[in-house]
Amino acid sequence: MAEKFDVIVVGAGPAGTACAYTLAKKGVNVLLMERGEYPGSKNVMGGVLYRKTMEDIIPGFYKEAPVERPIVEQRFMMLDKESALNFSYKGMEWAQEPYNNFTVLRAKFDQWFADKAVQEGALLLNETVALECIVENGKVVGIRTDRPDGDVYADVIVLADGVNSLLAKSLGFHKEFRPDEVALAVMEVLKLDRKIIEDRFNLEGDHGCTIEIFGDSTKGILGTAWLYTNKDSLNIGVGTMLSGLIKNKIKPYELLDYVKNHPMIRPYIQGSEQQEYLAHLIPEGGYRSMPKVVGNGVIVVGDAAQLVNAIHREGSNMAMASGVMAAETIMQAREAGDFSERMLDSYRTNLLNSFVGQDLKKYKDATHHFEKFPQYFEQYIPMMNKAASQMFTIDGTSKWTKQKKIWSELGTAKDKWKMARDLMNAWRVMK
Amino acid sequence: MMANIPKGQSIEEKQYLVRFKADTQSHLHVLSADVCATQCPDKLCTIFCPAEVYKWEEVRMHVGYEGCHECGSCRIGCPYENIKWEYPKGGHGIIFRLG
Repeated sequence: MAEKFDVIVVGAGPAGTACAYTLAKKGVNVLLMERGEYPGSKNVMGGVLYRKTMEDIIPGFYKEAPVERPIVEQRFMMLDKESALNFSYKGMEWAQEPYNNFTVLRAKFDQWFADKAVQEGALLLNETVALECIVENGKVVGIRTDRPDGDVYADVIVLADGVNSLLAKSLGFHKEFRPDEVALAVMEVLKLDRKIIEDRFNLEGDHGCTIEIFGDSTKGILGTAWLYTNKDSLNIGVGTMLSGLIKNKIKPYELLDYVKNHPMIRPYIQGSEQQEYLAHLIPEGGYRSMPKVVGNGVIVVGDAAQLVNAIHREGSNMAMASGVMAAETIMQAREAGDFSERMLDSYRTNLLNSFVGQDLKKYKDATHHFEKFPQYFEQYIPMMNKAASQMFTIDGTSKWTKQKKIWSELGTAKDKWKMARDLMNAWRVMK
Repeated sequence: MMANIPKGQSIEEKQYLVRFKADTQSHLHVLSADVCATQCPDKLCTIFCPAEVYKWEEVRMHVGYEGCHECGSCRIGCPYENIKWEYPKGGHGIIFRLG
């Protein structure tokens, strides 16, 4: 006889586990389904987990969760071929409670989080692929799995199946994503002695640092590279729009090697030892790529709903927030005994009114703008580097002369107008 | 373009760092060998696949599904929608230990 649960959550990443945890804590009978050997075994993240949303779920989580380092400094590198213009913010308010964010290794963190859901009473079923939604009379009523006798049923199905979002696609909630709606990220974890990390990155004790790298690190393709500090390892990666890799015919791992070997980056990772190589997609289509997120008996959360703010490298926090909002809507639906799309639609409105929907809306045109106009990365970053080099190189030329030279090298009056217009447009899509 | 890549960083060596539990059957299928042969001069999947799963062997596409990271790029990136993409059987495929 087929088993029936109150709720089935497909995917034990941040969105699915947050949802399952919240429901289980309220006594709901939840099945949390995961296709990997363990939660996190299929998951990749640059490495920054924001404290706030996670702490709303489990107060003081960082005291027991496998977090790597609280981040006290965020650096930004504008990279040219043999130079970099840097700026950073470092603040000691981030070095103490309540903290702002932590680096995490997802295979460890996701296991810990899913264990917490299990402790609250959720049933975790690993090594199980959700093949399709079982639909009866226009309502999603269950999941067909790849286990023998693998049909399971529930009042509500939460689709937290990640960026590929195959289940929502099969329900017609979205079309196949386009190559300009996803970024391909490749990353390596590099083992490095804790003391060396702290010396090299100017850190005290357990404190951590993140570096976002723009410009030459992606060869002009829209994207970024990153270098994050873990306890005794570094995460170095590069993520670019899949469309950009296709257009420029670049192999992602060769781009990663280019970054690792760049004279501005090489010294940071020198002497480290490769531990793992990882590739994953990031949904970066933003607001305009959000699929339908609610149907009869079904809710879509996290990456599966394209909930990523690429500009601010936020994703796992949005995923968790969406998981919690889904759980809250499901609690109301249970009270009403109604799991129709109309009832569950409050999840969609809550999501859009929350920081998740508002931030996606704020940047709805940003990715597309920078994808369409590559000059920001291709021309303006090298230009800024060159200007800095000229101003700071003391060669007997007066500063006025230098300024004039820099100004004339910006190009013709027409070029300057174009630049001014680009700056305005950049402001317009980011404001 | 990517000159001076230091030793120890080839894709083969990167792939050695990763734990895989390969299924006996492929979860990736090229739908039409003809499309690759006749319509796709650049063989784009052989370029952007982050694990070099796809290798063009003179007349056919070799699919080394055992080393797949299950990212989905090939399904989305193939200009001819010529790749049928599924998840490997539960518990199989790539197993990340860290990141």
